[in-house]
This record gives sequence, C-alpha cells and structure tokens, in this order.
Amino acid sequence: MKIFKLLAIAQSSLLKNRTRSILTMLGIIIGVGAVIVMRAIGDGAQQNIEERINSLGTNLLMVRSSSNSYGGVRRGAGSSRTLFIKDVDIIREQCSLVSAVSGIVNVSGQIIGGGTNWASQVQGVGPEYLEIKSWEIEDGVMFTERDMRAKTKVAVLGASVVENMYGGVNPIGQTVRIQQTPFKIIGVLEAKGQGSGGQDQDDVVLVPLTSAAFRLRGDSRYVSQIYASAVTVEMMDAAKEEMTQTLRQAHKLINGQDDDFSIRSQSELTEAFTSTTETMTTFLTIVAAVSLLVGGVGIMNIMLVSVTERTREIGIRVAVGARSTDVLFQFLIEAVVLSVAGGAIGIAVAYGVCDIVQNKLDMTTIVKTWIIAVSLGVSALIGIVFGLYPAFMASRLDPIDALRHE
Amino acid sequence: MPEVIQTFDLKKTYELAEPVHALRGVNLTISPGEFVSIMGASGSGKSTFMNIIGCLDKPSEGTYHLDGLPVDSLSRNELAEIRNEKIGFVFQGFNLLSRTSALENVELPLVYQRKNSKVKPKVKAAECLKRVGLADRMDHHTQQLSGGQQQRVAVARALVNDPALILADEPTGNLDSRTSLDLMGLFQELNDQGITIVLVTHEPEIAKFTKRVVEMRDGLVVRDSEIEDRGDARKELEEFSGVIGL
Ligand SMILES: Nc1ncnc2c1ncn2[C@@H]1O[C@H](COP(=O)(O)OP(=O)(O)OP(=O)(O)O)[C@@H](O)[C@H]1O
Ligand SMILES: [Mg+2]
Repeated sequence: MKIFKLLAIAQSSLLKNRTRSILTMLGIIIGVGAVIVMRAIGDGAQQNIEERINSLGTNLLMVRSSSNSYGGVRRGAGSSRTLFIKDVDIIREQCSLVSAVSGIVNVSGQIIGGGTNWASQVQGVGPEYLEIKSWEIEDGVMFTERDMRAKTKVAVLGASVVENMYGGVNPIGQTVRIQQTPFKIIGVLEAKGQGSGGQDQDDVVLVPLTSAAFRLRGDSRYVSQIYASAVTVEMMDAAKEEMTQTLRQAHKLINGQDDDFSIRSQSELTEAFTSTTETMTTFLTIVAAVSLLVGGVGIMNIMLVSVTERTREIGIRVAVGARSTDVLFQFLIEAVVLSVAGGAIGIAVAYGVCDIVQNKLDMTTIVKTWIIAVSLGVSALIGIVFGLYPAFMASRLDPIDALRHE
Repeated sequence: MPEVIQTFDLKKTYELAEPVHALRGVNLTISPGEFVSIMGASGSGKSTFMNIIGCLDKPSEGTYHLDGLPVDSLSRNELAEIRNEKIGFVFQGFNLLSRTSALENVELPLVYQRKNSKVKPKVKAAECLKRVGLADRMDHHTQQLSGGQQQRVAVARALVNDPALILADEPTGNLDSRTSLDLMGLFQELNDQGITIVLVTHEPEIAKFTKRVVEMRDGLVVRDSEIEDRGDARKELEEFSGVIGL
C-alpha cells in the first residue's frame, strides 16, 4: 500500500469524526503550545538579562575588597578596606591585559545647584571610567589625568540629574555644591537608561577620584571598587588572573594566604543571573512537557475507543483483503496525523500567545527555530508511541468476530 | 483443473454454555464453472458454511481445500490475499462502511489490491455499480440507501475485483421480484463467462436460475441435485415487464 493511499484513508476517517479528532488534538495543541511559550518567555528573559549585563560595560572586571580572615576575625565582603588608590596605578602600569582601569569612590550627601537640591549618587572615578562603562559624553568634556593630579573641583552630570536639577537646560559652566564644596560642571553624560538591577544609571554625578577622596570624604587612601576593561573578551580570564597576581604582590600576600579582594568578571555575572532563569525555564518546560505526555495518553485513549467503535469497519476491511499491516498502518497513521496536526496547530497558537505576551504584558519572547523542529518531531513521536498499541490491537482482530461486533 | 471447493467432513461447533453444532460434517465438492444454490431452514448452518468457504472463518474440525489448496495451512496474509483477489463475497448483512459513499464502498477491495491494474479503481467501481443498476446512487452514503440498494452495493463490491468465485449469502433477500430477476440475470451472465457462483437463498424461484441445489438441515447436507429445467432470468424479466405493461 502506498503511503498516500493510507494518508487519504486516515484523512477521510478523521474528517468523518471531526469533533472527536479536534478534542483529541487539544491535548497535543495545549502541550506543544505550552512548551513553546514557556521556552519563548524563558529565552526572552535570558536575552534581557544578558543585554542589561552587557550594558554594564565592555569586558568588565570588577574588583572589590573582601573579607579575608585577619587574625581569625572575618569581615563581610566589601566592608574591609583593602583597595588603595595606588593599586589602580599599579594595575595600569603592570597589567598588560588590561586596557583601561579606574578606581571608584562612593560619596553620599545632598547636592545643591540650580536653585534646588537633589540626593544623587556621587562617584569619584578616573578619566578611563567612561571607556570601561562604554559611556559617552553628550555635551562638554570629561575630566582628564591633569584634573586627577590637581584634584580639580569639576563634575560631570548624568542625564537624570540634569533633568531633575536644571529641568533639562544645559548646566555647563554652572556650579554645583557637594557636601558644601563647590564643583564646576564641565560635562553632561548621554542617557543610558536602567541598569541590570533596574536602578537609574543616569542618576549619577562623576567627579575626579582624587577630588572625591581628598576633598569630600577626607579619607584619601582607599577606593571602594576598581573597574577594569580586559583587552578582549577572550582575554578576560587571563586578565583576571594577571590582576589577581599583581594585587597579591602589591598587598604583599604570601602563599597560602587568602586574597583580600575579589574579582568578578562580567561573564560570571551573566552566568549567575541567567542560571536562575534557566532553572526556572527548565522547570516550566518540564511541567509543559508533562502536559504534552498527558496529551499523548489522550490520543491513546481515543484511539483505543476508536478501535472498539470501529471494529466492524476493521472487520469489513479485513474481509475484503486488508492485511494486518494495512490495518496497523491505517491506525498508526491516523494517530500520527492527529498528533502532528495538533503539534502544528499548537505551534501556531504558541506564536499567537507569544505575540500577546510581548505586546500586552511587555515581556520579551523569543521562539527559536530548533524548538519548532523539536516540537514537530516530538508530536510525531507521541503519535507513533501512543498510537502503536491501539493500532496493534486493531491489526490483531479476527475478521468474523469483528464483523459480528455491534 | 482442481475443484474450486472441496470440504471434507467440515464441522463447526460454537462453544457456548450449551455447545451449538452449526455444522456437523459437511462434504461438498464444487467444480469450476458451477452455479450452486444452497437452501435450507433458518439456522441450518448456511451462513456458517459460506463464511468458512469464504476464508473468513475456520472450521472446528475437517479440512477445506480451495483450488486444491488446504486453507488451514495458509497464513493470515495469504488468506487476506485470497479474499482480495479470488473471492467476491456478498454478506447476508451487507457489511458496508457507514458514512461512506457507495462508490468508496465498492472501491474498497481495490484499495488493498497488491497488483497494479490498468483500470482506475474509481472507474472500475462505477462500472460495477452500473451493472447492478445504481449508476444514479454512487455518491449516496450507505445510510441514504434503501435495504435493496445497499444489497446491490454489496453485490457490486463483490464484483469489483473480477473474482473467479462469487459467494453470495441471500443476495436477493431484500429485493423485489423485478430487481431479483435483474440480479439473477447478472449472475447467470457472469456464470456464462466461467465464474463459479455459490448463493444462499430461501426462494425456490431464485434457486431455479442456478444449475444445482444443495439443501442443508441441522448442519448437514440432506439433498444435492441438478436443476432440471433451468430458467433464463433475462427472458423472464422481459416477460415480466410485458405483463405489468412496461
Ligand atoms: N457466533 C455464533 N455463536 C454461537 N452460535 C452461533 C453463532 N453463529 C451462528 N450460530 C448458530 O449456528 C447455527 C447456524 O447459524 P447460521 O447463521 O449458519 O444459520 P443460517 O442457515 O445462515 O440461517 P439464516 O437462514 O437465518 O441466515 C444457528 O443455530 C446459530 O444460532
Ligand atoms: Mg444465514
């Protein structure tokens, strides 16, 4: 028997029982649809996180001081002061795999200017900070090495600060007071939007690191963090290793002693964040896959009912010369056609749902091609696996018994 | 040429609480080209016998040779092939596929045919429906046909594979005398072409168009005789039409 003949028989018998066929397919439609939508939402969330982390900077390596047991007393990460301004210079001079480096000093306090005041985040950074963060100056200039050496009182404002304090009017040339110290505004940063944690990255005031350290906090030797860029993405691990060795040497740590700092790379950050969404996606996909399995059992159920219901039909077919294999393939193909059609409809439904999720719920969804291919393959497989037993039962029927069946 | 049908002490017992002996030892030989009618009271075992010689059922005891071949040595698939190619079977209960057109019903044996024929299945099926006088009912579904029309669809299906042997279980049971005559004319014509026919009937008027009558009673053959003055169904049909003025 030619395959298209069998397909024609399957098609006509499925069309004769239209309602039942659709109900049977429903299980597969929901299963396949759920799997695809879950994956699409998960993959979308993943891409979102990756984009946000990438917006942190280029080939970013972040150094923080960390607790190392010091005479048996352990302190929390970041609480200890182990990073010095001179560490920044040592890294710049000695680490060949680092293309840019900047210390960061965080200063708190109200800033006053433009006839109002604003609680912003004031950061003392080096001139290379913008390069590391891949940030651009919108207007004016960034401070330079010379400002660093002279501890000049100049400031570069983030877009949100300009918006809130000056109503969006160009503030260059005006003076802003930070902890009562007047700073001259020399530049405005381009808007960058939300950061990975959802905070406003533009609500920031940058001043030279040295000015912050000597003029604002009065604690001149320490930096809270060091940001560095590796020369290339591939070199990030090597650069991290090089920085570790350089800092250990600078901090005179002997073999066996713990690092008193920790370096995290952007890729590690990405992994940490994405692994949770990945776990979530996997979990939801498994739940959806179980519903697909239930859909398969539904097909088996209906096919078994169908075999019983159509016993006389089978008897007639066998009586006029259908072989066991003809009957087997007829029912198997019916099951596969049902499940593959269900899978195809499920894919279409999934696209529709993704569209709604994207537009109405404002969530990114990504439907990957391989998911579609796998869905169709799995649908066909479900048809074969769950159709085989009923088809086998049908093919074993004795013609005269089948004909007598009511 | 081997005998078409040869049964040796064929027995069939249905194992119920009280065993039913449907056949108790039937010995019958039918040669190529014969036209046999089987008669007998209801429950005498005619359908049981037809099912066995149609390779649909197996005897409890005894052997059956079809074209000289012992049937009980054949596999399920070989039997399917015999039913498909050699035999045209008309069931007492028609056994048509429901919700399926007359044409598709008649076409069914050709769907399962292994050898490729030159004629298109649809064309061949339509031709057979024409021969039983149902050219205008081809697209009607089984449920949309009268009992007599369904019976004729069943006959058309038995003809579609050009069988060498036609087994018909009461093919005229639901037909009026005019349509019966028509159908018997068709059978006589097929028999003249060399096709062996065995048919079951209750009516002596039908049996007289065959060449030989076998009578069964309680699962046994009790009479087996040649028909003396055989009728010509086509001629009688003409006379019949004349009488009622058609
Ligand atoms: N599947 C079955 N199970 C039990 N008994 C059966 C079965 N089929 C037939 N019989 C019995 O076998 C006997 C012969 O039945 P069969 O159908 O061969 O009769 P028949 O001669 O064809 O009758 P009719 O002229 O009414 O069609 C009957 O007594 C019937 O009750
Ligand atoms: Mg009968």
